[in-house]
Amino acid sequence: MSRYLLRRLGLLVPTLLGISVLVFVLMRLIPGDVVQVMLGTEAQLGPEQRQTLYRLFGLDAPLHVQYLRWLGDLLRGDLGVSLRTAEPVTAVIAGRLPITLELAILAALLSWVLAVPLGVVAAVRRHGVLDALAHLVGLVGLSVPNFWLATMLLLVTSLYLRWQPAGVEWASPLRDPLTNAQQMLLPVLSLSGALVAVVMRMTRSAMLEVLGQDYIRTARAKGVSEALVLARHASKNAAIPVVTVMGVQVGYLLGGAVVVELIFGLPGIGWMILNGIYQRDYPLVQGGVLFVAVVFVLVNLFVDLTYAYLDPRIRYD
Amino acid sequence: MTDAALGRLLRQVGRSPSALMGIVLVSVFFTLALAAPLVAPFDPTAQPAKRLLPPGGRHLLGTDEFGRDVFSRIVHGARISLQVGIVSVGIALALGGTLGLAAGYCLGVVDSLTGRLVDVMFAFPSVILIIAISGVLGAGLSTAMVAIGIVYSPIFARIVRAPTLAVVQQPYVEGARAIGAGLGRVVSRHVLPNIAAPVIVQTTLSFSTAILSEATLSFLGLGTQPPHPSWGTMLSGGRRFMELAPWVTVYPGLAIALTVLGLNLLGDALRDALDPRLGQPDA
Repeated sequence: MSRYLLRRLGLLVPTLLGISVLVFVLMRLIPGDVVQVMLGTEAQLGPEQRQTLYRLFGLDAPLHVQYLRWLGDLLRGDLGVSLRTAEPVTAVIAGRLPITLELAILAALLSWVLAVPLGVVAAVRRHGVLDALAHLVGLVGLSVPNFWLATMLLLVTSLYLRWQPAGVEWASPLRDPLTNAQQMLLPVLSLSGALVAVVMRMTRSAMLEVLGQDYIRTARAKGVSEALVLARHASKNAAIPVVTVMGVQVGYLLGGAVVVELIFGLPGIGWMILNGIYQRDYPLVQGGVLFVAVVFVLVNLFVDLTYAYLDPRIRYD
Repeated sequence: MTDAALGRLLRQVGRSPSALMGIVLVSVFFTLALAAPLVAPFDPTAQPAKRLLPPGGRHLLGTDEFGRDVFSRIVHGARISLQVGIVSVGIALALGGTLGLAAGYCLGVVDSLTGRLVDVMFAFPSVILIIAISGVLGAGLSTAMVAIGIVYSPIFARIVRAPTLAVVQQPYVEGARAIGAGLGRVVSRHVLPNIAAPVIVQTTLSFSTAILSEATLSFLGLGTQPPHPSWGTMLSGGRRFMELAPWVTVYPGLAIALTVLGLNLLGDALRDALDPRLGQPDA
């Protein structure tokens, strides 16, 4: 296991370097004069001022030197400063992170709480009413875009239930849990819709495969109760593909957070990236995209490592 | 598609109501998209009526905040979605397919480099990368299609590489090379027929996610620009009036959901018919 861990950590280095190259190149694809784009259309500069700004931003150096300087700053935790507020990007990300983190964790938890039991019941009661219901949930969940689900939830709660927005600013769950719960309910529901469908389909599918295995038949033949068969023998093995899909779904959560945060006015990382794009604040976009990709890679590494715990048959060496 | 695969698909449709539903929904979508000027009663960008008229009368699905016919805009929106599906999946297939073929055929350095590139691309949540590329290159339908195509290409690279690798090592391919068959002949006669099944399935599934991605981008203001009638743009514009006129947001959303549902159902049916190994047990 430790050899596998070392190998995976070793493979992480080229992937992270690749991410940094891609993000760096992406920001150099901005059409037109970068300094002019950064300043907006209002500012008119003379050649000398423009040259000074090029030197200030380090844009006068060859591309590989620019990349190495940027990478050096990155390794020191310096992601640059926002062009609009002059705040360090790292500080902006740190300030926004709790909101996105809470949204993603709650949406993931809700989807597991709803989807795993539904998937298990659908597999156990195959071809029954609950299985049909699970199938329907799966189909609808995968087809409804989260921004439409969010809009419909807002419409129903404001038009028919007469709900009012709970506060203008995001309330921390530690300071004001009640207001926070009111603010997060609809965003979490919107974000977890498709996730419920994916996790439920995967749980059902994995459970069906495991329930057909010899060791389950043996356990039943020995007189083990059905509840114990499911809890002790089936669930753990069926969890492996479900955990895999959860790792991939972290990407969905982070991407979906962009839209959901915009609709519900939650100032998280997604909102930050989007506003960075709208305001052409490229260091903010660069830092945000890089941060999200690194988080995604690390979470997937963690998910890979949990396989060994869940299934001792898996050997990596 | 071989006759046997077509036969399996038809049997699948006969047996499975969901496959039949998928074909019906996709057929409606394609018909509306292709015959939009004939089906739509009004010009999608003209403002022929009062603002926010409820559904009924001359305006089957009502009018939007500018007095434009919602039904006509949805029908023309199908055209944009079809265009997005074809162009962006085409880009993904061309880019990813070529990379996958090169990696599986050449192996060695080409394979390693392609593998690392694909790993790096997969390290980004796709929506974030699509938003970042579109945002940096500038909002617009063309940019959106290119961004979606680039971001989806690693999936095709992976799907094409594995069967290419397997086929290239077969004795009949070695035989073909030995008698002087060139790269083009080996690829077109031996490799492509063997990788067609998973590629067709992935193309259908990517078509639906491409439509969803474009709708998301347009909703965020980074895809199709007003007054063009993309479903995402319609939803975004109607959101400000949704309490007064819910139909402006409800119907474009339904159009997206039904189209994506149809393509997913068709994709599942194709997967079961063309490559049952890819299917999940009774999922």
